[in-house]
Amino acid sequence: MNEAVKGTPSVKEGGVKDLIVDSIKHNTKQYTMFIALIAIWVIFTFLTDSVFLTARNLSNLFVQTVTTAILAIGMVLIIVAGHIDLSVGSVLGFAGAVCAMFMIKLEWGVVPSVLATLLVGLAIGTWHGFWVAYRKVPAFIVSLASMLAFRGLIIGITGGQTQGLEMAPEAAANSFKLIGQGYLPTIAAAAEGHVHDTSLYCSVAVIALFVASGLRKRAARMKYGFTVLPLNLEILRLAFLSAIIGTFAMIMVMYLGIPWSVVLVLALAVLFSFIAGNTRFGRHLYAIGGNPEAAKLSGIDIPRRTLALWMIMGVMTAVAGIVYTARLNAATTSAGQNAELDAIAAAVIGGTSLLGGEGTIFGAVIGALVMASLDNGMSLMNLDITFQYVIKGLILLLAVWVDMAQRKK
Amino acid sequence: MDDFILEMKGISKEFPGVKALQNVTFQVRRGEIHALVGENGAGKSTLMKILSGLYPYGTYGGDVVFDGQVQKFTETRDSEKAGIAIIYQELALVKHMTIAENIYLGDEICGNAGWIDWNETYQRTAKVLREVGLKLSPAARVIDIGVGSQQLVEIAKALSKDARLLILDEPTAALTETETDNLLKILGSLQQKGVTCIYISHRLNEVMSIADRITVLRDGRTICTDEKVSMTVDRMIHNMVGRELTNMYPRKERPVGDTVLEVKNWTVRDPVTDDVVCDDMSFRARKGEILGIAGLMGAGRTELVMSLFGVWGKRQSGEVWLEGKKLANRSAIDAISAGISLVSEDRKRYGLVLGMDVKENSTLASLDRISKLGIINKNEEIKSAGQYVKELRTKTPSLEQPVRNLSGGNQQKVVIAKWLLTRPKVLFLDEPTRGIDVGAKVEIYNIMNGLVDQGVCVIMISSELPEVLGMSDRILVVHEGRITGDLPRAEATEEKVMHCATSGS
Ligand SMILES: Nc1ncnc2c1ncn2[C@@H]1O[C@H](COP(=O)(O)OP(=O)(O)OP(=O)(O)O)[C@@H](O)[C@H]1O
Ligand SMILES: [Mg+2]
Repeated sequence: MNEAVKGTPSVKEGGVKDLIVDSIKHNTKQYTMFIALIAIWVIFTFLTDSVFLTARNLSNLFVQTVTTAILAIGMVLIIVAGHIDLSVGSVLGFAGAVCAMFMIKLEWGVVPSVLATLLVGLAIGTWHGFWVAYRKVPAFIVSLASMLAFRGLIIGITGGQTQGLEMAPEAAANSFKLIGQGYLPTIAAAAEGHVHDTSLYCSVAVIALFVASGLRKRAARMKYGFTVLPLNLEILRLAFLSAIIGTFAMIMVMYLGIPWSVVLVLALAVLFSFIAGNTRFGRHLYAIGGNPEAAKLSGIDIPRRTLALWMIMGVMTAVAGIVYTARLNAATTSAGQNAELDAIAAAVIGGTSLLGGEGTIFGAVIGALVMASLDNGMSLMNLDITFQYVIKGLILLLAVWVDMAQRKK
Repeated sequence: MDDFILEMKGISKEFPGVKALQNVTFQVRRGEIHALVGENGAGKSTLMKILSGLYPYGTYGGDVVFDGQVQKFTETRDSEKAGIAIIYQELALVKHMTIAENIYLGDEICGNAGWIDWNETYQRTAKVLREVGLKLSPAARVIDIGVGSQQLVEIAKALSKDARLLILDEPTAALTETETDNLLKILGSLQQKGVTCIYISHRLNEVMSIADRITVLRDGRTICTDEKVSMTVDRMIHNMVGRELTNMYPRKERPVGDTVLEVKNWTVRDPVTDDVVCDDMSFRARKGEILGIAGLMGAGRTELVMSLFGVWGKRQSGEVWLEGKKLANRSAIDAISAGISLVSEDRKRYGLVLGMDVKENSTLASLDRISKLGIINKNEEIKSAGQYVKELRTKTPSLEQPVRNLSGGNQQKVVIAKWLLTRPKVLFLDEPTRGIDVGAKVEIYNIMNGLVDQGVCVIMISSELPEVLGMSDRILVVHEGRITGDLPRAEATEEKVMHCATSGS
């Protein structure tokens, strides 16, 4: 005898209007961030007599975003899991210095130097992870300790002097420079201001992939009876987003081509979005940050996951350090100063909750772009450094307030 | 003409994808105890949140008329000022503060100089504590008193604000029978003093014993409002679920199999106080049976299962054997991979990640089943989660709804789904039907039956005697950390169980 009681899960069909309103509400964070970015750009365009909006400057801007973006990608996961990493600035500088010293003092080639530096990053991350995960020292303290220690070690290994990479063997130095300053090579020669063929093809391919995956996702959602946008609206949405990607890409295509470092960031962003959304590891991080007790009772090995997380963060910091050093073509004692704050700010502006359990990779990348745009625009204006700091601080405050206010609704 | 203290007229409230309330009418007479009942997700809590101003004026349709005036509360302070106090199911006391500090929190009594007048605070606290029949010092810390007393402190807090309308949302879900009786008595005496009360509960007997009138909500609509005298429990159930429920406890006779789980000499200490909480407990659970664990609250039942699951306590001695193999069970990971699952009694704390959605919560403990090389197969995830939303009739607009937005009972169903998805051999259920409506209870009982048919060994802790007696094949009774009774179903009676639970025969 079955005593089941009437009632099926009530899945309500909303009208098209509801759907649009819903999806806007759902993604307000992304939209606001994007609108904020555009607003900042418009303002700077006015204030700099349109210098800001030139292909050259925007292309530079993207390159300047790279280190913050890489750090922010890792930082999102750290914050999602309920931690914070204050050491990334110092560790970035340290990793860059180590890499430079491998090339200058030991005269290693690019590949071994880079690999060794990544291992150094992994080791540092493991060190952090050990203290956070197995000795239960708050991440704030562990990373604060490293922030100090590695700043000191940078001075130790560079002897307190800027180490220019021109001191390294020339062949290695030249190819190392590409990581930070190089562009995708072209088949047919192209000058500044002309179409760079390979970059163009790559952009087209990326957009095609983007549209295809968007449509596939929609089909999958329809199969499970989830709400989806009607086809024409979905096409409109994809077209709009493709246009944005296309615009970004064309700026670079028309200047010197797409920089390698931007390719790297995009690849990392895609990879980490996948990790965050589609792997057990990523899911576990969100659960740990959202409710550690429930995560523990669900059989999640919190210390192991935490250790792995910090190891990844160590490697990401080393990657950022390598790109940074390659862009500057030198290791300096001040490299990466305040980078931790930029990274945390980028993550938070991108919608990551400092309470843990919430945050997206792409949000953080946009957040990094916001931070870099501020730096870039204000130095174009030759704004007094005093104001630069004050304004960045205020923008961060404002951004988080807007985010909180929206959350309340 | 009736003298209504409160009239809610044509109330409607929508959340994205959910019409939580549709044209609800709700009228409360001055001085009565009015019970509000309905299935999980019927909209009871939502209606009360509108009344308290938590959902501010303008976010809902319809009128709230209190004391003959249309009220436009925009925050809870407004309703408090008007004389409405609401006590949510999740207690809102600051655990490390004293009773007095809690009662006057946000409303501190200050002298002329601007600092807190502690003498006055303590005196007034003592007075309201007497009113609710609590014999505790105002200086006792909330963390040190029982849940039942905490509930009364909440009521005292409401009284200290001169509340004329008191709303209790499932106040007895976590109380023992004595505590419940006490609470009901106090509500009765408050009624004498002219306090009106709205009482939400899934325990229909309680409702029948205390209410003057009863309103039933179903699917966000008012079904009826009736005098208690013209109402029966059966009719109430009928109105709540929309059909007759003939058999509350659908137990089945089945052959008993081999021992699956054996616990020997289990002794565990409290990691903080170092008291012995489980004292030399030994028992077995067999394939194809539902083993009930009865006892008073605080007897050590939750501690027993939490420690067996490897997530609580300092282990002193004892062994756990599962299907003839000795288990280490040092952590939940061990327990789950051995085939043991635990639906804990505190779903918000131990069961759910509130910010995650229904599907992510459902699969959290069984991700390895639906992933390859660490990559989650999202199709499988949707299928597994969706299957249990259907089977348990979880009321949610979609699998992608954050569980934070589900009603209490539906959250509980998500927790149960999570543990069923691990396909356990032994399933511990700690107060599985707490806060769950009658219809859903029966569904959970049916699921238990289904699991037992599949050979799962189900061990259920429950403080509701009728439930233990109705569903168990065998009943263990726990008293002060010891097993004081092991009664086969045929021999178990309410008196016997209570005898073991109190005196420890
Ligand atoms: N913040 C919210 N966002 C979206 N939906 C919500 C929200 N709060 C409640 N709901 C939905 O509104 C409906 C009514 O919920 P409500 O909490 O009032 O039920 P209830 O009658 O109190 O149930 P229970 O007995 O389980 O506590 C449910 O379907 C629930 O999922
Ligand atoms: Mg409720």
